[in-house]
Amino acid sequence: MVKEGGNQAKIWRVRPEWPFLLFLVFVVAAYLGVLLLLVGANVLTVSWRQAGEVLKDPNIQHSIKLTFVTCTATAILSVLVSVPVGYLLSRYRFRGRALIDTLLDIPILLPPLIVGLSLLILFNRISPSASCWILAGGALAAAGWGFGRGENGIVPRFFTGGAIVFGFIAWAFSGSDHSLEEVVSEVGLPMTFHPLGVVLAQFPVAAAFAVRTMRTTFDQISPRYEDVAMTLGCNRGQAFMRVVLPLAGKGIVAAGTMAWARALGEFGPILIFAGATRGRTEVLATSVFLEINIGNLPGAAALSLLMIMLAVSTLLVVRFLAGRGGTV
Amino acid sequence: MKKAMLVLEEVTVQAGQFVLPPFSLEIAEGECVALMGPSGCGKTTLLETACGLRRGPAGGRIILGGDEVTNLPPGARGIGLVPQDVALFPSLKVREQLEFGPRLHGWNSVEIMQRVEGLARDLGLENLLERSPGKLSGGEARRVALGRALALRPRLLCLDEALTGLDEARHEEVLGVIRKMIEVEGVTALHVTHSKKEAEAIADRVVMME
Repeated sequence: MVKEGGNQAKIWRVRPEWPFLLFLVFVVAAYLGVLLLLVGANVLTVSWRQAGEVLKDPNIQHSIKLTFVTCTATAILSVLVSVPVGYLLSRYRFRGRALIDTLLDIPILLPPLIVGLSLLILFNRISPSASCWILAGGALAAAGWGFGRGENGIVPRFFTGGAIVFGFIAWAFSGSDHSLEEVVSEVGLPMTFHPLGVVLAQFPVAAAFAVRTMRTTFDQISPRYEDVAMTLGCNRGQAFMRVVLPLAGKGIVAAGTMAWARALGEFGPILIFAGATRGRTEVLATSVFLEINIGNLPGAAALSLLMIMLAVSTLLVVRFLAGRGGTV
Repeated sequence: MKKAMLVLEEVTVQAGQFVLPPFSLEIAEGECVALMGPSGCGKTTLLETACGLRRGPAGGRIILGGDEVTNLPPGARGIGLVPQDVALFPSLKVREQLEFGPRLHGWNSVEIMQRVEGLARDLGLENLLERSPGKLSGGEARRVALGRALALRPRLLCLDEALTGLDEARHEEVLGVIRKMIEVEGVTALHVTHSKKEAEAIADRVVMME
């Protein structure tokens, strides 16, 4: 029997929660207010007539077309790279994994201009021979690391083979004083100040985001599926293709969409590496820059609005997929 | 005396900080052994090592049906696995789950059909063959996982806490199905569990791990 009276409080006193709730609402509202003002400023600057004029300009139409083509190419390339890289990082535990993880974040953390500058130097100042020596050195260091730990498996041997191949190519090119740009131009794939360069300039950052998305996707898929598939006769590759990949479908779409949106917003590397030539390497981000440069602020605002709409719709696609229980 | 189907000879496993001391076990052909022990003693690790799901053991030998399989990949061992979380492939219907192994091994369509129908009959899955895993109850999912593991007529069936998470009625039902299937298929079985009652109900012999 409970004793009445004494020190037992019947109802405990709790402070009200509205101040905390109000604080949360205030911060969120202030932040959303800033975003709304940013979009609103563009809307107020542009008129329908001016927007129509800008969109009819052949240069801008070319820019929109090139934006769609390059963003799509970058997104496809990013997915092709991010699926295997994301899977490796998600499933395998090996020494050097943290290092690779950090290296993959570098494009995200670097100032975008540096990505463009590095591409410009790589293609125009460094010879293919020197590039191959760098790769041979990297492969040799990785192989040495593996062998140094007493491993003699397929991975250190693969790196040794890579070092030999790159060393051989470096040696074969050692007499040539051509730049990498001259070599790729000779085979019909000019990069610097060409539309292909736009894709290359968009790729590093877009791919880094896609890798993050794919890694999260694979982390959310239980490795048990592969275990069971392997006991049923699959090797790891078959287990990946038959069991994991069908489950990663939504994640792949999300990674591609994310890469597409990132590529859309890329500006610095494109300006430095591919240039901002009207009707040639101009994409929407560079169009905004060029319109500002010629003093056409309403035109720049119209293009900004177009980019905002594209970015919002791609993000909505990602949210929609995530909301439907996809492994995003 | 029956010949041994699975022999673990002084098997040691290292998984990160965890080290499984040398462990030996012999299971005769057609025998069902329950492996028991406290949480964290390495039951599942040992089972996974027997299945080949962990990189070769740090020491010892694994012999299955007279063949040394210590360093063979999981798919070459002829082992069927029912994991703790069942792990039915979410994108495949029940029929496709049962067909998965036989298709991979290149059985012809008549053989596959006969095997799937036989398993469905024995496991009571005839009306569930076109269902997705998401629409199965816990007990049904266990029966499908059992069928998938048995489809290739493995030499050894490994059950890893396969009844965990089922309510009492389903538990009894699935336990009965497992017992029946082991008998019907004549398969050797290794059943990892922490339930003494379950071990006694299903196994010919109980082995304790320290």
